[in-house]
Amino acid sequence: MNWTLILPELVLALVGLAALAGGVLPKRDTHFAVNMAVLGGLLLTAVLVVAQPEGDAFNGQYVADAFTRFMKLLVLAGAALGLLLAMDWNEKEGLGKFEFPVLLLFSSLGMMVMVSANDLIALYLGLELLSLSLYVIAAFNRDSERSAEAGLKYFILGSLASGLLLYGSSLIYGFSGSTNFDAIADALTGMESVPFGVVVGLVFVLAALVFKVSAVPFHMWTPDVYEGAPTPVTAFFASAPKVAAVALLTRVAAGPFGDLVGQWQQVIILCSLGSMILGALAAIGQKNIKRLMAYSSIGHVGYALLGLAAGTEFGVRALLLYMAIYLFTNVGAFAVLVAMRRNGRALEGVDDLAGLGKADPAMALAMTCFMLSMAGIPPLAGFFGKLYAIGAVWQEGFVTLGVVAVLSSAVSAYYYLRVIKVMYFDAGEALDPRPTSLSVVLTGTGLFTVFFFAFPAPFMAAAQAAVLALLG
Amino acid sequence: MIAALAFYVFAAILIASAAMVVTSRNPVHSVLFLILAFFNAAALFLIAGAEFLAMILVIVYVGAVAVLFLFIVMMLDIDFTQLREGFQRYAPVGAVIGGILFLELLFVFGSWQFAPEATALRINPMPADPTLTNTEALGRLLYTDYILLFQIAGLILLVAMIGAIVLTLRDKQPNSRRQDIAVQVARAEAVNLTSVPPRTGLGVLGIQRRKLPEPPKPKSLGHAGHGHGHDEDGHHGGGHH
Repeated sequence: MNWTLILPELVLALVGLAALAGGVLPKRDTHFAVNMAVLGGLLLTAVLVVAQPEGDAFNGQYVADAFTRFMKLLVLAGAALGLLLAMDWNEKEGLGKFEFPVLLLFSSLGMMVMVSANDLIALYLGLELLSLSLYVIAAFNRDSERSAEAGLKYFILGSLASGLLLYGSSLIYGFSGSTNFDAIADALTGMESVPFGVVVGLVFVLAALVFKVSAVPFHMWTPDVYEGAPTPVTAFFASAPKVAAVALLTRVAAGPFGDLVGQWQQVIILCSLGSMILGALAAIGQKNIKRLMAYSSIGHVGYALLGLAAGTEFGVRALLLYMAIYLFTNVGAFAVLVAMRRNGRALEGVDDLAGLGKADPAMALAMTCFMLSMAGIPPLAGFFGKLYAIGAVWQEGFVTLGVVAVLSSAVSAYYYLRVIKVMYFDAGEALDPRPTSLSVVLTGTGLFTVFFFAFPAPFMAAAQAAVLALLG
Repeated sequence: MIAALAFYVFAAILIASAAMVVTSRNPVHSVLFLILAFFNAAALFLIAGAEFLAMILVIVYVGAVAVLFLFIVMMLDIDFTQLREGFQRYAPVGAVIGGILFLELLFVFGSWQFAPEATALRINPMPADPTLTNTEALGRLLYTDYILLFQIAGLILLVAMIGAIVLTLRDKQPNSRRQDIAVQVARAEAVNLTSVPPRTGLGVLGIQRRKLPEPPKPKSLGHAGHGHGHDEDGHHGGGHH
């Protein structure tokens, strides 16, 4: 058995256990050292992921290829950026505890297992490892009623989704005779008519995964959880786990059920349509910027799913690029939200950004770039994401889908532009000076968003390789 | 013969105790009968040759779940008589629903089709290697083919534990006492060694001096109070001399 293939996961798990011991055993407070150790562990794991050979291990339960490499690097980047955002915030809110980075690390491990899963059981276990860590860090600010409410809501609805996933998995196992993705694909290609149980199971599994990416029929939890959770946790929720869940959704749809395109395509199309429309309309009236970002993220998932709805190589590549661009733009925008603090008190209203253009021109400029990128204004990164995604469905002849995407993108530009208007044209008091770690995140993600058009080639090549690995 | 007898004994006790779980008025008795039912079910598993399931049933259900039930029943002040008040009123509806479910179960079993291999598998549930116990067989499978999944499941439990501690443990509560081994073991802090002067004299040998009869109190003269107290003071003073 080729167990050295899981070296990245193994190293990450060991770093997590060591960090836990390093937090528990010493008498004094070591949370800063644990933060640094976890950041180091994430970087080390990223290096190992790059160097990871391709192949499968553990009887095909675990697979490593260009697709997993692309997605794992995104996930690790999202986790590291999320931790950077959280370090300073936790300090100021009195949440400086070593368990936070440890839980973040274990959630990243869960995401890596999800991305590499080639078996229904591995898929479920990875998803649970991720979700359980997320439930806890959503409620991490345990003295705040809203944070506890967010954690509890997420927990109850997430358990429901896990139940759906298990029910669907058991149906698929019963009707196809295996939990392994390759074996399921083999079993389904031989049949002349698809068994009804497999289709029902597939729909249940898709529903659970769509819940995790918070696309429309299963999006209800998103605004409440995003609003209640501490802001850096929301930033993390909206970036890395979403990327991992989209990766899983893509692998499940394209791998074992690649021959059932006709069965899942309409589900994905409906989710995509609903998410785009709801994301555009529901965010307009929001006063709380975290709720606004929640609806915005629902909309973005809709655009990303366009690529999967197209069901082509070009479409899946558009989906991967969209998630990469979304991840960095989103983390950048959330860095600004984490920095929103006046007289030491964290702020969440859209109106609290007023006067940022005068008080902190650099941050306001960065925020402008992120908002314009999310709205899809060229030449920023977000434009290319939407261009490829809409191009993919257009090529396949889904005219309605393309038209709705363009229209909802135009509607959503309204609330992105409103943020810019509030920053530059409304009068307001200055915010507290932003900490250095946020400046680092803002600079990195800002440069990526602005200059993506100049150097898209490496990303395109990586995404292309990933798609080829996935679709063969 | 003995196996059949044992089966009927265990099965009869199992069914009787299961009925007692539902019918007994005292909830604590219900939980105790539940434990009895679990033990008898474990014995049935043993007779069937599934010793792993038997042990799991005892360890998990009796050791953890039933004891937890017992704690909860004892700690929560649930008025069971009040809960039962509506029984007469809801009984007909319950009976109708139960009847429908029973009929449906009959339909299911009437149209049930077994896989052709099912009978053979049921007759021969043991692993192919007859020297292997089923605990061993399960262990071999769990630690070889499914080692990755097993370890991930372990990590999930670890995360659950971290989460429970992070969300509930409060250090600064005034009434909570944490274990501090160094302080508790250290002699200086926990146990005071004070030098007690040894008793001396006849008391050490267990010989007790015969109690002297108390001197008769002087009769109080009508008005007690100041005068009486004065009189006593004078008496004590005399004794110390």
